[in-house]
Amino acid sequence: MEAGFFSRSEAVGVVKIALTSAENLQLTLRTELSQEEQALTQNTCGPKDDQKPGNEDLKEMLESNKESLKLEAMKRIVGLIAKGKNASELFPAVVKNVASKNIELKKLVYVYLVRYAEEQQDLALLSISTFQRALKDPNQFIRASALRVLSSIRVPIIVPIMMLAIKEAASDLSPYVRKTSAHAIQKLYSLDPDQKEQLIEVIEKLLKDKSTLVAGSVVMAFEEVCPDRIDLIHKNYRKLCNLLVDVEEWGQVVIISMLTRYARTQFTSPWKDGILDENSEKAFYESDSERNQTETKTYIMDPDHRLLLRNTKPLLQSRNTAVLQNIAQCQSEKYMFSIGMFEPFMKSFYVRSTDPTHIKTLKLEILTNLANEANISTILREFQTYVKSQDKSFAAATIQAIGRCATNISEVADTCLNGLVLLLSNRDETVVAESVVVIKKLLQTQPSQHSEIIKHMAKLFDNITVPMARASILWLMGEYCEKVPKIAPDVLRKMAKSFTAEEDIVKLQIVNLAAKLYLTNSKQTKLLTQYILNLGKYDQNYDIRDRTRFIRQLIVPSEKSSALNKYARRILLASKPAPVLESAFKLGTLSHSLNVKATGYQELSDWPTVAPDTSVRNVEVIEPESSSGSETDSEDSDSDEDMKPAPIKTNNIKTKSKVQVKPKKEVSLLDLDDFSQTTTNIIKQPVVSKSLLSDLEGLSLSNMSSSMQVTTSSFSPVKTYDLLHHMSGKGLAAKYHFPRQPCLYQPCMVAVQLILTNCSDHTLEEIHIGDRTPASLNIHCFNTIERLEPGASVTVSMGIDFSDSTQAANFQLCTKTDQFNVAIQPAVGELLMPSTMTEEDFCKEQSKLLGMNETSATITIPTTNFSAINKDILSVANVGVVSSNQNETHRFAGKTVSSGALVLVSLSLQQSPTALLTINTEKSVMASVLLRALTQALTKA
Amino acid sequence: MIHSLFLINASGDIFLEKHWKSVVSRSVCDYFFEAQERASEPENVPPVIPTPHHYLISVLRHRIYFVAVIQSEVPPLFVIEFLHRVVDTFQDYFGVCTEAAIKDNVVVVYELLEEMLDNGFPLATESNILKELIKPPTILRTMVNTITGSTNVGEQLPTGQLSVVPWRRTGVKYTNNEAYFDVVEEIDAIIDKSGSTITAEIQGVIDACVKLTGMPDLTLSFMNPRLLDDVSFHPCVRFKRWEAERILSFIPPDGNFRLLSYHVSSQNLVAIPVYVKHNITFREGSSQGRFDLTLGPKQTMGKAVESVLVSSQLPRGVLNVNLNPSQGTYTFDPVTKLLSWDVGKINPQKLPSLKGSMSLQAGASKQTRTPPSTSSLRSNKWPSQV
Repeated sequence: MEAGFFSRSEAVGVVKIALTSAENLQLTLRTELSQEEQALTQNTCGPKDDQKPGNEDLKEMLESNKESLKLEAMKRIVGLIAKGKNASELFPAVVKNVASKNIELKKLVYVYLVRYAEEQQDLALLSISTFQRALKDPNQFIRASALRVLSSIRVPIIVPIMMLAIKEAASDLSPYVRKTSAHAIQKLYSLDPDQKEQLIEVIEKLLKDKSTLVAGSVVMAFEEVCPDRIDLIHKNYRKLCNLLVDVEEWGQVVIISMLTRYARTQFTSPWKDGILDENSEKAFYESDSERNQTETKTYIMDPDHRLLLRNTKPLLQSRNTAVLQNIAQCQSEKYMFSIGMFEPFMKSFYVRSTDPTHIKTLKLEILTNLANEANISTILREFQTYVKSQDKSFAAATIQAIGRCATNISEVADTCLNGLVLLLSNRDETVVAESVVVIKKLLQTQPSQHSEIIKHMAKLFDNITVPMARASILWLMGEYCEKVPKIAPDVLRKMAKSFTAEEDIVKLQIVNLAAKLYLTNSKQTKLLTQYILNLGKYDQNYDIRDRTRFIRQLIVPSEKSSALNKYARRILLASKPAPVLESAFKLGTLSHSLNVKATGYQELSDWPTVAPDTSVRNVEVIEPESSSGSETDSEDSDSDEDMKPAPIKTNNIKTKSKVQVKPKKEVSLLDLDDFSQTTTNIIKQPVVSKSLLSDLEGLSLSNMSSSMQVTTSSFSPVKTYDLLHHMSGKGLAAKYHFPRQPCLYQPCMVAVQLILTNCSDHTLEEIHIGDRTPASLNIHCFNTIERLEPGASVTVSMGIDFSDSTQAANFQLCTKTDQFNVAIQPAVGELLMPSTMTEEDFCKEQSKLLGMNETSATITIPTTNFSAINKDILSVANVGVVSSNQNETHRFAGKTVSSGALVLVSLSLQQSPTALLTINTEKSVMASVLLRALTQALTKA
Repeated sequence: MIHSLFLINASGDIFLEKHWKSVVSRSVCDYFFEAQERASEPENVPPVIPTPHHYLISVLRHRIYFVAVIQSEVPPLFVIEFLHRVVDTFQDYFGVCTEAAIKDNVVVVYELLEEMLDNGFPLATESNILKELIKPPTILRTMVNTITGSTNVGEQLPTGQLSVVPWRRTGVKYTNNEAYFDVVEEIDAIIDKSGSTITAEIQGVIDACVKLTGMPDLTLSFMNPRLLDDVSFHPCVRFKRWEAERILSFIPPDGNFRLLSYHVSSQNLVAIPVYVKHNITFREGSSQGRFDLTLGPKQTMGKAVESVLVSSQLPRGVLNVNLNPSQGTYTFDPVTKLLSWDVGKINPQKLPSLKGSMSLQAGASKQTRTPPSTSSLRSNKWPSQV
């Protein structure tokens, strides 16, 4: 035996070598092989056709000693399963191989087991001990697959074994095995719901897991087993939010969906009193501070809620559409999606001829909803093309859409109606029919003078054969019979003739029409009506017989007629409201797409009026576990650190009380007070109230580690630049300077102060900022200055997001009558914010930014005076001085305003006139520009 | 979540079924066949079909319907997205995703499906992870396996499953280190009767084939990243870096993958490389119609327009066409009424044209609707926008 093995493995080696060397000959090999393959596949296909002997054959193969034969047999069995053929009789032969050493054979046996165990429960039990052994295997993969199969065998007797296995696996060292156990929870629950309590315990335990691998699966289990146990989420809420970015995409879908539901129960509605936009924090402030003057209590978003919204935002770049949709649902909790938001993208919803019908109709629906007075003509023109489409159902849907547009926008109602009437003479029957139905609906909603249209329709009536359309016309006749007193009885006369040949739906309408005419014009139609009622009485359809009887009792007065008779007119001729459709299901769910509640649909509850206790989510900070997830942690490489959510988020949450605002913010607030005093009284500066502080609490200060706080600069040069000369500005002169204060409006903006002077002899009115290029340029404008008296000047501040580039910000400065194109060109040094750090930190950061991130130049400087150099550098760049006890090296640190990238400047003095100027930053372009500017400033002096 | 999967070919045969939970009888597909019958075009089968006890969610790829059976509430897009991922994986493994390929590799397909879903919830969908678990079948490997008895199935947990970069397997080695990037852009445009563009937008993708040793960290920067709207990334791309600097920084998966897909919106001016002039008339009362189509390049910026294919859906009434192309070849399918004209390269000096007559159905003289001007064009080697 051993000798045999030896020789075999030797042969294996030889073959492998031969094959690798024969790689070049692969082409020739391939052709030969494909023939062989064909023969092989033919062989395998052959016996399958005649089932019985084939299965006997397979049984023999499975019972043979050769592994390759067994494998071959299993492959064929899997083929049978895939085809949906029954292979259950092979169960005893297959189950014997469950302990096979060959991993592929084993896997295929697993596939078979999972498929047939339910049918052959007793035999399946034979395999259980193998799995129990495998659950203790040192290889985590074997453990996990054993648990997967064990839990997939739907045999009720082994429930206790499964329970035990799940509990054990839930505390396994390998996150992969723990993930598998989360899956197993759902399987066990569906097999035996009685285990719920115990399973919830396991879920609770797994929810605490820190591995991203487990998170998605356990939340799935939570959703399936105990979606109402919201209390289990409290402690894990923040962790889940923070992990979200790193969870695999499928898990993200489930987690976001669950968290959205959670948010609905725990936080108050963000848009109770108006739309708040988080994106422009400035709008957020203003609306709040204004409101503060009138009402005392305003909405402040729970930091935890904000955390969720923040962390889902980056996922908008996901490639997985399901993730996107869920975020949309989640974020829609925050922003009230208004129709207007989608208007610019209207053209994206134009129907393409290659779209499948259901997409076309959906696009139509969207277009209809987007339609308003401004764009309706464009949309209608587009619709005109659609009506001509070859796809009949689509054309019909378009007509309906036109109808809806007409109802929504009264201005175009007449145009639409005329268009629809024109369509009545269309050759295509379905188009005509649909038009009639829509016109019917339109007239129904607009009970004005439309007798012309009804007359036109009556004329067309003979040519229309589609029952729905005929019925609609008849209904219209009946409804507005008073408007067409002459035509309606005539139509009824015609219908009386053809009554028996009509479709049921038309017959019903004929009866209706007859009844209504009888009530309004009984002189002309009494006999006709009676004739029709008699015809209806003997109709084959019981609905029609029923309706006829009902109508007769209702309208024809007789001695024993009921009290209803008196009300017949009011019943039949009551005004009917047009139907309204709206779906109320959670966006993107199965129920939403079908508009029917699907099993397991979790409703979104209404926002609570008072938020439940927020402290439930507080978690004591525990030192990172060392035992669990060690395998993941060890693999954590530096390169991936920046993909994780910024650590600042945890800081954010901890600032619970409103007073705990970072000192830096207070400084900037004071500054604001300062400069608002310098402004003249004409401008109304937004009043900064104490409550502003509370709003600042949620403001993220982007990723700043605690060692490096941004400070306001100690040195501010008063270098003013001309923005607009009074000659070209028709009396309006504008100058600007960079106050070197952190911008209050948005942290990524550079603060700019404008000094506007009126040099003319008349009052300038409504000075404000107009269009800007590029349009994406993010500017925080100053409030419109209502009046500027001759000779007066005013200082206003604005914020501009230069995105760390020295590209000029172009915008228009407008007065009531004129517009002036102006540009603010930032000096590179103004795109920085000083940051204070210790010398130690500086060196540490500098050592991280070497190589490509380092730019240096040797320069000659006239002076070595420390304060002179300081002044020169600070005049060019808004950086902070790093205090040092070394005399020969000066260090300065700053951050770029927009992205917060560190910029480290160091100047080391060498032999008397020369010095080495070094800049370390990721922003290499900025570095070179800054280097040039600094060199210039230093050498000039 | 996903209970079962049925694969149905164009002729309506279920040729593969896989169940992740209890077996669902294949008779559930009858509802699908019903819907299929009702739909005029194969693409028009509704993606979600409710049945009394289940819901069927289907996608159509490579003329195969992938029908997933679900029982309870789940976002339909989740299932659809997953089904597409399944198809992509098959394509990755077998080169093509056809009925024949799936039938030939039914064991691998089964092993794959088993790994991709556990209890109906996606388990491993990353191609790199799957390839470590189940090696793609190659002729050479099949032969080695039959001789040596080794298997296609990995014995260890794929390294990717536990790492923070699940998409990349460890221990990759190449003698030639190379990376290729394909920028593929498609222009979607709607052009009205008079030839003016109503809307045009660009859908672009960057497909990469990276064969690099070890754990490479790549950065890719664009000349004008502002053009890109609505970008969506492969999970490997660091989002923060993109947001701050508009630079793609990533540790790539091994092999083929889609790095980025983007959208250049209709707000930007999109140049359409080709124009089509048509003159199609159906004479009233006669059974003849005239057909005249001329193509020309437009705003090509000096680049040649190649492999142009024009296809046009003619009305039902057209029985046959007798056309004369000035270049290339044309085909007309009398059943689907699809006319396709393989033009090839456009020579600006001599514009390609397709002229001739159509024979119409006798009773169809009523059909004087506007002739369909649905033309889909394709041109390769087009200057990319990025």
